[in-house]
Amino acid sequence: MEREVQRVRAAFGSGRSRPLTFRRRQLEALRVMVQEREKDILAAIGADLSKSEFNAYSQEVITVLGEIDLMLEKLPEWAAAKPAQRNLLTMLDEAYIQPEPLGVVLIIGAWNYPFALIIQPLIGAIAAGNAVIIKPSEVSENTAKLLAKLLPQYLDQDLYAVVTGGVEETTELLKQRFDHILYTGNTTVGKIVMQAAAKHLTPVTLELGGKSPCYVDRDCDLDVACRRIAWGKFMNCGQTCIAPDYVLCEPSLQDLIVQKVQEAVKGFYGENVKESPDYERIVNLRHFKRIQSLLEGQKIAFGGEMDEATRYIAPTILTDVDPGTKVMQEEIFGPILPIVPVKNADEAIQFINEREKPLAFYVFSHNSKLIKRMIDGTSSGGVTGNDVIMHFTLSSLPFGGVGSSGMGAYHGKHSFDTFSHQRPCLLKTLKREGVNQLRYPPNSQSKVDWAKFFMLKRFNKERLCLLLLTLLGVLAAVLIKRYQAVLRTKALLIFLAVHRRAIP
Amino acid sequence: MSAISEVVQRARAAFNSGRTRPLQFRVQQLEGLRRLIREREKDLVGALAADLHKNEWTAYYEEIVYVLEEIDYMIRKLPEWAADEPVEKTPHTQQDEAYIHSEPLGVVLIIGSWNYPFNLTIQPMVGAIAAGNAVVLKPSELSENTASLLATILPQYLDQDLYPVINGGVAETTEVLKERFDHILFTGSTGVGRVVMMAAAKHLTPVTLELGGKNPCYVDKDCDLDIACRRIAWGKFMNSGQTCVAPDYILCDPSIQSQVVEKLKKSLKEFYGEDAKKSRDYGRIINSRHFQRVMGLLEGQKVAYGGTGDATTRYIAPTILTDVDPQSPVMQEEVFGPVLPIMCVRSLEEAIQFITQREKPLALYVFSPNDKVIKKMIAETSSGGVTANDVVVHITVHSLPYGGVGDSGMGSYHGRKSFETFSHRRSCLVRPLLNEETLKARYPPSPAKMPRH
Repeated sequence: MEREVQRVRAAFGSGRSRPLTFRRRQLEALRVMVQEREKDILAAIGADLSKSEFNAYSQEVITVLGEIDLMLEKLPEWAAAKPAQRNLLTMLDEAYIQPEPLGVVLIIGAWNYPFALIIQPLIGAIAAGNAVIIKPSEVSENTAKLLAKLLPQYLDQDLYAVVTGGVEETTELLKQRFDHILYTGNTTVGKIVMQAAAKHLTPVTLELGGKSPCYVDRDCDLDVACRRIAWGKFMNCGQTCIAPDYVLCEPSLQDLIVQKVQEAVKGFYGENVKESPDYERIVNLRHFKRIQSLLEGQKIAFGGEMDEATRYIAPTILTDVDPGTKVMQEEIFGPILPIVPVKNADEAIQFINEREKPLAFYVFSHNSKLIKRMIDGTSSGGVTGNDVIMHFTLSSLPFGGVGSSGMGAYHGKHSFDTFSHQRPCLLKTLKREGVNQLRYPPNSQSKVDWAKFFMLKRFNKERLCLLLLTLLGVLAAVLIKRYQAVLRTKALLIFLAVHRRAIP
Repeated sequence: MSAISEVVQRARAAFNSGRTRPLQFRVQQLEGLRRLIREREKDLVGALAADLHKNEWTAYYEEIVYVLEEIDYMIRKLPEWAADEPVEKTPHTQQDEAYIHSEPLGVVLIIGSWNYPFNLTIQPMVGAIAAGNAVVLKPSELSENTASLLATILPQYLDQDLYPVINGGVAETTEVLKERFDHILFTGSTGVGRVVMMAAAKHLTPVTLELGGKNPCYVDKDCDLDIACRRIAWGKFMNSGQTCVAPDYILCDPSIQSQVVEKLKKSLKEFYGEDAKKSRDYGRIINSRHFQRVMGLLEGQKVAYGGTGDATTRYIAPTILTDVDPQSPVMQEEVFGPVLPIMCVRSLEEAIQFITQREKPLALYVFSPNDKVIKKMIAETSSGGVTANDVVVHITVHSLPYGGVGDSGMGSYHGRKSFETFSHRRSCLVRPLLNEETLKARYPPSPAKMPRH
């Protein structure tokens, strides 16, 4: 493991990932890989999560292709030095922030979107000029094996290496030194990753989870709301970090919500959900049993059917859920939707704030004031109002958690920035030493008074310009008065010269 | 519950009360801080003089003025920075509101350092307050006069529950680090940085670590040595070398070494006179342990200037070492004292190689009239930040974030970056409940065949 990391580090040390043309070529090769080997990729995802080709494409592959295209388009702009605003003392100097690669980045993937959650961060890490070690989740083993096979066929083999294996291999890997670690997974392992990173002072981006609440206001179109909630909840069989975990609503809405979610589910998956090619399965037996146990003692409004052999769990809604029960103590990560009745929006806000900050917050209402109030009154990684999941899809929005749901963010430019060191540079000249005289010892009161003048007077640009213009104006007036005669002659000469040119 | 736990819980309860949310409240607190500085400047100077032999001028220039600037800047810009930031939308999201909403994190812990004990505790605090957090301060116990002064005067000017000061040594700091915070900013050594990050990991607390390293200073053969050496001497020997961004050592061609020494000597005499011990402007080493440590680095070295010390006053003369061996102790740890080693390298390439074989420093300095040399040095090395043809000053520009990389730290602050560091930038996408037609394509059932694409 150590040797592998050394090899990758040496490749980074060679400097070949620095030129933008090299990084472009790698990203283009990645795109070719995704396009040429689409069938293999979709098949692997399908094998891991019982996912249809269409879903695998629309949930994972499309996102990745979009990110590659965006990165290719924007790379020159994002990698360029950004001029920084100067102050009075540095007005004549060059000041800018230069993005540079960090070095060797470790990306640890999750099993629920095994392709996208590795490749999307990888795109940013490559674009920022780093070498990357990729550790896909062993739980989604088909995708892991495929990535180990495909990536070396398309990308530089020494700069971008895939390491596969389980807990043991990951532990070994985490003993090595990296320049950044991006981990997607659960809170507990997130702590372990950060502790390992602390030994080497490695900065981390942790994309974790939590219970993403979904508040449904009485003033909203329940048909639309419930369809959107059902879509986001049951996609990938509930195994989505930003799935709406549970619903909060007034008791009077509960039955209606159950009815409309049930209708939506029927519309999506048909009468016999088990037969629908669009409905996925739980990734393994351990998670199947875990989710099964969450139903104990609950009021099942619909669903609840299970088949251990195929790891099938039907879309299920629970009503009048007691916040003290197991299903409300951990992130469900399965197709179970608990409804917890609350009196009103304020009680919902209180409920949410008593718990760990979630990765996402959802609120459905026609009342935009209410939406704003709920956003202001809570905290979460991100928010989508009147829909679910979608804030993930806009790459200009940083995607990440806060508190227990994570730290740092990525997607689009935020990926590029996460995997770069933004290095501030101030370039002065060896001239104009006069300006510096005030700072050298020996010190005196007059020096300090001058320093106060220069540094603390609020010379905003407009005032300074006005001052300068006034001075110039005065100067011009004085000069013109003095040299009126000379100026008149000169003006006449210029006029004649221009006139002569203009006449053919 | 321990006293420390109680203090932190009280700060959290005060944060939860919501009173830091309105911008007006935050501005009031910042104005309180500004008043504190203006009204108690004498006391501050007194504490800094007792801790580090600073006088009213060095205390002002090197610490206080930057905090005042930061407060002014923060108050002016707060409405702009705290506002929702709209982001670029895609065709699919044209009908939606998409923006980044900045919110406070909660309770922030700031662990200060002893070398600029006022600035390094209060300047980060300005950003943390502006971002709407409660802030627990833990000043360094080594600069004990400043630490006890802060504990006395801060509650007189700021909200007492939201911004408590906790003093104490290693035991108290360890206690504090067991508590849960929403962000920790630590300024200090790499070794303790690791301890802080480990403690933070238990609560998944994000950290900003302002650490250190050996900041190289490359002096090109062709540059104006008078000016270069004056600037280097100023940055190196201020605060008796106890500055995280001080030029740690010089790299230069052997042919100019003696000239560099002469010009450094000349500047030092101009600054501090023949005997720096008599100069009001020359600092002292913070304590005996560091005094012994720095004096120890001189063993076996060729001392071109200085080299003397007085343990009772913890004075170490401005010292220059020549022909330094990279293996010797003075080149193995951050000097953090008034000892300037000069190491000879034969070319820019050799200097670059020397630098890149070592840990990434907090700052990098290069003196040259040739822009190509400067650009090459920057392009082929890494460091927290860079100043070319001067030292230290890149950290005084608001728009340049101040922080390290690799062993010299993670995260950054100053100006807007402070505000962002201490905020959660929350992505918000607010859609209408209409336009269900346009979303139809995303709902199952999927088309019978995979569409050609």
